[in-house]
Amino acid sequence: MLRTIFIIIFLSLIFVLFAGASFAAPPIKIGAIFSVSGPASFLGEPERNTAQMMVDEINKTGGVKGRKLELIVYDTQGDATKAVQAVNRLIKNDKVVAIIGDSTTGNSMAVIPVVEKAQVPIISCAAGIKITEPVKKWVFKTAQNDALAVMRIFEHMKEQKIKKIAIITVSDGFGSSGREQLKLKAGEFGIEIISDETYGPKDTDMTAQLTKIRGTAAQAIVCWGTNPGPAVVARNAKQLGIKIPLYMSHGVSSKRFIELAGEGAEDIILPSGRVIVADQLPDKDPQKKALLSYVNNYRKHFKVEGDHFGGHAWDAIMLIRDAIERGDATPMAIRDQLERTKNFAGIGGMFNYSGQDHAGLTKDAFVLVQVKKGDWKLIK
Amino acid sequence: MTKEKRQITIFLIFSFVLLVIPFSLRESYLLNVMVFIGIHTMLAVALNLLMGYAGQISLGHAAFFGMGAYISGIFTTRFGLDPWLVIIMAALCAAAIAFAMGFPILKLKGHYLAMATLGFGIIIYIIFNETVNWTGGPSGLSGIPNLKIGELVFDNDFHNYYLVWIITLGVMLLSINLSQSRIGRALRAVHDSEVAARVMGINAWVLKVQIFTVSAFISAMAGSLYAHTMTFVAPASFGFNFSVELVTMVVVGGLGSIYGSFLGAAILTTLPEFLRVFEDFDIIIYGLMLIVITMFMPGGLISGLQLLSQKFFLKFKAKADKGA
Repeated sequence: MLRTIFIIIFLSLIFVLFAGASFAAPPIKIGAIFSVSGPASFLGEPERNTAQMMVDEINKTGGVKGRKLELIVYDTQGDATKAVQAVNRLIKNDKVVAIIGDSTTGNSMAVIPVVEKAQVPIISCAAGIKITEPVKKWVFKTAQNDALAVMRIFEHMKEQKIKKIAIITVSDGFGSSGREQLKLKAGEFGIEIISDETYGPKDTDMTAQLTKIRGTAAQAIVCWGTNPGPAVVARNAKQLGIKIPLYMSHGVSSKRFIELAGEGAEDIILPSGRVIVADQLPDKDPQKKALLSYVNNYRKHFKVEGDHFGGHAWDAIMLIRDAIERGDATPMAIRDQLERTKNFAGIGGMFNYSGQDHAGLTKDAFVLVQVKKGDWKLIK
Repeated sequence: MTKEKRQITIFLIFSFVLLVIPFSLRESYLLNVMVFIGIHTMLAVALNLLMGYAGQISLGHAAFFGMGAYISGIFTTRFGLDPWLVIIMAALCAAAIAFAMGFPILKLKGHYLAMATLGFGIIIYIIFNETVNWTGGPSGLSGIPNLKIGELVFDNDFHNYYLVWIITLGVMLLSINLSQSRIGRALRAVHDSEVAARVMGINAWVLKVQIFTVSAFISAMAGSLYAHTMTFVAPASFGFNFSVELVTMVVVGGLGSIYGSFLGAAILTTLPEFLRVFEDFDIIIYGLMLIVITMFMPGGLISGLQLLSQKFFLKFKAKADKGA
């Protein structure tokens, strides 16, 4: 008896699945590769969650041009070999029309030759300037360039008449790119880097580097890294009684940083996407609507604060949706329409792609925020 | 059939099958996976010579792989040297480092040797990561040219497949040959009992250094091929995790079997692809499968296969006897 019921349920399930598939127009397949596990999982996980959430959302409201979207996500574990395999699979097996990812600059660079050969557009969620400079026909990105964040910090320093600074950067992709940009741009703002320290991604104590910095005439410290390192720097600086202002990068602009750094986070200034201060923005800010909807949506689905890493995936999905909306669901049409994107108010900023610019953002993509009483406060 | 003839036949069949596979997979991404299996087989064979035959563990073999990849990458992109020349150079360079390093560290045994090779692997990884001006640091080195012979450019999976597999088959043939020579027997003697081997007049220490050097040479060559087929290298591909993955390939495939190394490399490279249907649980199932394999086939997949075929053969024979 039980067996018959099972068989009936099973058969009807298959029938429903097939019926669903045959009545609807075939879905538009979009591929995604994210570093969901491994050292860059703090990027990949919110990105994967956000992308899936947005695709479900779009499908719930009728899809794109009456067709549903289908997101195929592969985890690359932060490894270039796996990223290349995944992209090959997306293109040759799954026959996707566009690809999103990867989360890190290294993996994004690794897959570029593959997508260029196959002529499928890719929107990277990594920040490295190398990805879109020089401009590559099939490659776009949504994450803000590190250079823009550096310029925001230096502008603020110039206003504060800070001339001599110390930098402490992490020795991974994010940190080395930041370090390079800090050194490159300092001269333009009349700022001198008098101390240049680094730390390892897994270090748990930065007292040595900070003691060295304390002995110099630096008027401010810039720390460039992603959690948890900068939180240690913040706490150590407090313990050592360092009074000069401490600047951080956008790599720590999530609530998690304030939790980790505790007391030490107070008064720290950092450039960030608008997402963490969405409710403090003036109503006329064009991004406000998108930001609030993203923040609320993410909190509802995943019970945690959405951060701007997930925002990179949000932007990528919406950019592709708009491109298909305007044009056609073929790789070539999507690429052409992406390049024509104008004034797209996303999470990362206002996107304006063109033939010469596949990064699409200006330094307005960043605002400066300060930690006050354990929460973010928009400066100005 | 003599033993030698049978082995030649097996190798020829194996090569033939591998060399016709691409015609059925021409446009599939599986061809791309097969290219990586080829590179991983080369690495697993190299490590097997050291682990399976000589019984010396190395937890830093990804470093030699990385050296090959980076030397090829750097010298072809920054100095525009001929890629083929650089491959030889990279392999010789890694072999020289292995040779110099082998003398002190191969005096160590067991856990201490594991620690020393582990340390070496991590040092090399840090060098890849930190010398940003040369290696491009954590975000990698791109723009490595494809290999070419005259007009033939190895720029798609189909071409790369033959490039990688012809070299891999060559390495396998040499390794099988080596394992059955006087050196191979000496290595196995060292594996079973170093003292006994030395009593028999084998200079165990020098022999271990030699096989370590050969192993590094092959690994670096695999690294160069990897760099030219991927056209991109980043340090994350040569970290501690990959060293462990290589050891797993050798153990799962079967210690001391060259075909076992191929099986191990093939399984470890393709399994994650097939397990993707389980989504978030793939890593758990992957781990469970490895545990089951090592528990029930301690000699690796190859011995499991041999056992199965023997059983099947016996059953078949019993039936045939009954029938007669």
